[in-house]
Amino acid sequence: MINPFEIIETINMIDNENLDIRTITMGISLKSCAGPDIDKVCENVYNKITTYAKDLVKTGEDIEKQFGIPIINKRISVTPVATLVDALDNPTIEKSIKIAKTLDRAAKAVGVNFIGGYSALVHKGFTNGERVLIESIPEALAQTDIVCSSVNIGSTRAGINMDAVKRMGEIVKEAAELTKDTHGFACAKLVVFCNAVEDNPFMAGAFLGEGEGECVINVGVSGPGVVKCALEKVKGKDFGIVAETVKKTAFKITRMGQLVAQEASKRLGVPFGIVDLSLAPTPAVGDSVAYILEEMGLEKCGTHGTTAALALLNDAVKKGGVMASGYVGGLSGAFIPVSEDAGMIAAAECGALSLEKLEAMTCVCSVGLDMIAVPGDTTAATISAIIADEAAIGMINQKTTAVRIIPAPGLKEGDSVEFGGLLGTGPVMSIKPYSSEEFIARGGRIPAPINSLKN
Amino acid sequence: MKAIVTVVGKDKKGIIARVSNILFESSVNIIDISQTIMQDMFTMIMMVEFDSNEVSVGDIDDKLAVAADEMGLSIHVQREEIFSSMHRI
Repeated sequence: MINPFEIIETINMIDNENLDIRTITMGISLKSCAGPDIDKVCENVYNKITTYAKDLVKTGEDIEKQFGIPIINKRISVTPVATLVDALDNPTIEKSIKIAKTLDRAAKAVGVNFIGGYSALVHKGFTNGERVLIESIPEALAQTDIVCSSVNIGSTRAGINMDAVKRMGEIVKEAAELTKDTHGFACAKLVVFCNAVEDNPFMAGAFLGEGEGECVINVGVSGPGVVKCALEKVKGKDFGIVAETVKKTAFKITRMGQLVAQEASKRLGVPFGIVDLSLAPTPAVGDSVAYILEEMGLEKCGTHGTTAALALLNDAVKKGGVMASGYVGGLSGAFIPVSEDAGMIAAAECGALSLEKLEAMTCVCSVGLDMIAVPGDTTAATISAIIADEAAIGMINQKTTAVRIIPAPGLKEGDSVEFGGLLGTGPVMSIKPYSSEEFIARGGRIPAPINSLKN
Repeated sequence: MKAIVTVVGKDKKGIIARVSNILFESSVNIIDISQTIMQDMFTMIMMVEFDSNEVSVGDIDDKLAVAADEMGLSIHVQREEIFSSMHRI
């Protein structure tokens, strides 16, 4: 029989330390749904999603019950919808929005809480369909509830498409304006990527990439609280022990993800894709990545030393997690979404955590500037410039970076935006008052970087 | 199917009797029991076996939840794999 202490340890992780499976995400290819007629395409999309994912939520709930491990979200990611828009006869914004509404309807019909993939990959250039899709994003997000959108505007191999960066700054602003009643909520469903990954199970950036199969199950785990509690037991010990403790904990967390992924894959008859080795915080107290960094000895997340602490944490999570799962992928690393992390919110509110520090932190952890509220009068050019900075970090460092930023209409620095649920509360952060207008107006592309002579 | 039943709470009379009676009524066979006091709490861990066509983890959990409420205990029923996969390579 398994050691009683190990059994109690597992139960304690779940009951008291917020260990959970953050998401089971079913990736569904929509390539077969393409065609020239919009009504037929929408019918195909609806039928395919509601057929493939009909048992997803029920299966997730069954697994949850039998294993006693909470599975917070059941979600769907699809082929970037720009592919469908491109195949349409005379693509228009209205037609593109119609597909978004179909995704929304299909996702609600099967009971998932988000569907991602209203996306376009334009890191080098735009097709006509991609241009139409991007133009439609503000309306599409405002008119739907659970559709998530992402746009890839750069990559290490292609450089950065600055025309797309410019346009995305404007799109973010438009999306915020259209949803000003909810403080720009549409922006919480929109991610701008550099080096986007094809098998990410996390929202809002999930889509099913070009190289993926017909249908796949990807799982994202989570357990910042478990790591924090493990570190409490090694107070004052050196960093070798800290790293070792995080690795062991990440191993255990990931094993649970692997088990759930395999079980879901078997029950649904869908291949298992990857486990995303993530530390994904929630606004719940005790489920914060910032608190892990503070447990390492920082008075407040965002102070000097935060980047080093995060680098250690992120690397140790990967090292511990890779052995626990057969296939690892997605974004794999610690997330630092400001509004979704109680410790980050507190750090931003007291001024310890600034946008500049967050930018530095994104060099060493998963993804990038995530769920950051900025003043409503922030210009589109400034948002584009923030996106460009973040994309440059991703491009040069060969990692995924992203920006999910909310220029909250009518709000100013020091105010707070309430998004509710897992999306939390965002303190409106300060931005530089100086213009980036002329820089962004240039357009064109930033060439792909050289990958030798590293300094 | 094998599952692990864990019972944690303040020690009192009749915990084992109550829990094992519910398991018996649900046609669940107890394979192994270990009992200890961990951090001042009564902790009982049972490995149980049952026919998953007759009864589900959910059914057993629901029945035990009633006893848990009445006796002020925390009772979990979980499939064994969650523990073996987390703690064994």
